[in-house]
Amino acid sequence: MLVFAAINWHSMLFFIFAIFACVFALLMLVTNNIVRMAFYLTLALGATAGLFMLAGAHFVGAMQLMIYVGGTLVLLIFGVMLTAQESFVTMKTRGGDWVLSIGVGLSLFCLLVVAALSMPDFGGPVQARQQVTAVDTESTTPIGLALLGVRVDKLSELNDVLNQGMCGYLLPFEIVSVHLLVVLIGAAYLARARKHAAT
Amino acid sequence: MYPLTEPIGVSHYMIVGAVMFIIGVVCMATKRNALGVLMGVELVLNGANVNFIALGSKYLRPETIGLDGQLIALFVIVLAAAEAAVALAIALNFYNNHATIDVDRADELKG
Repeated sequence: MLVFAAINWHSMLFFIFAIFACVFALLMLVTNNIVRMAFYLTLALGATAGLFMLAGAHFVGAMQLMIYVGGTLVLLIFGVMLTAQESFVTMKTRGGDWVLSIGVGLSLFCLLVVAALSMPDFGGPVQARQQVTAVDTESTTPIGLALLGVRVDKLSELNDVLNQGMCGYLLPFEIVSVHLLVVLIGAAYLARARKHAAT
Repeated sequence: MYPLTEPIGVSHYMIVGAVMFIIGVVCMATKRNALGVLMGVELVLNGANVNFIALGSKYLRPETIGLDGQLIALFVIVLAAAEAAVALAIALNFYNNHATIDVDRADELKG
């Protein structure tokens, strides 16, 4: 019972979600079946949404579930279904490709792990989990206002150099809006039926 | 010194992000199906997003990059959706023209 009480539930849930995300990503890599790849990718991205919510980014986690898992992956699965001929469902990779890419991937992974472990925690991880009040004051207001150009989370930035950059994200927001419109038109143009273009 | 009793730091999140990033890169390199390559790209973007969220989380360390991490992650999610739509349109166009989805057969740069 003492062991049970000593468990840090934040860490526990983190390890559950992290193992889910990594294992399903790895399964996605090793399987050759494109339909199974799509399914494993769905599960890995869902576990990542859990990680986001665990880190306090509730809104981004919800958006991950709605846009990524609910939108982008449905698009991908439609693509899989439209191209799922017999010979394209399972496509074997040559052995040489595996050896080369696994070698490059492992060396890059070692580099990234060293970089991650050398990340200064700025005084270590936050220890006092018990002092967090049960009332959740999280809201999406700071995110929405930051997209409109007002940073309510950094009104009192003491550093003058950093204070110049506190102008919010209005311009990127507008650019992304126009970009989505362009992408919509471009995708419709690219994917239209070829027969109409020939005539 | 059991891992489950220790609080987790930002390094744990970054290692998870690194694992997803590397698996995405290897997926892009090895898959022969164009849609498999596309799924690798999605995994790479997610690995980067995990890092952004971890560095912006006030639960993991006292000094963070604040709300910027969440906002950049939101932009990445939206741009990934746009990228998937265009890439899927290109893949379907390629499939209609060449009757294959194998990226190894896409070695001629004319329509």
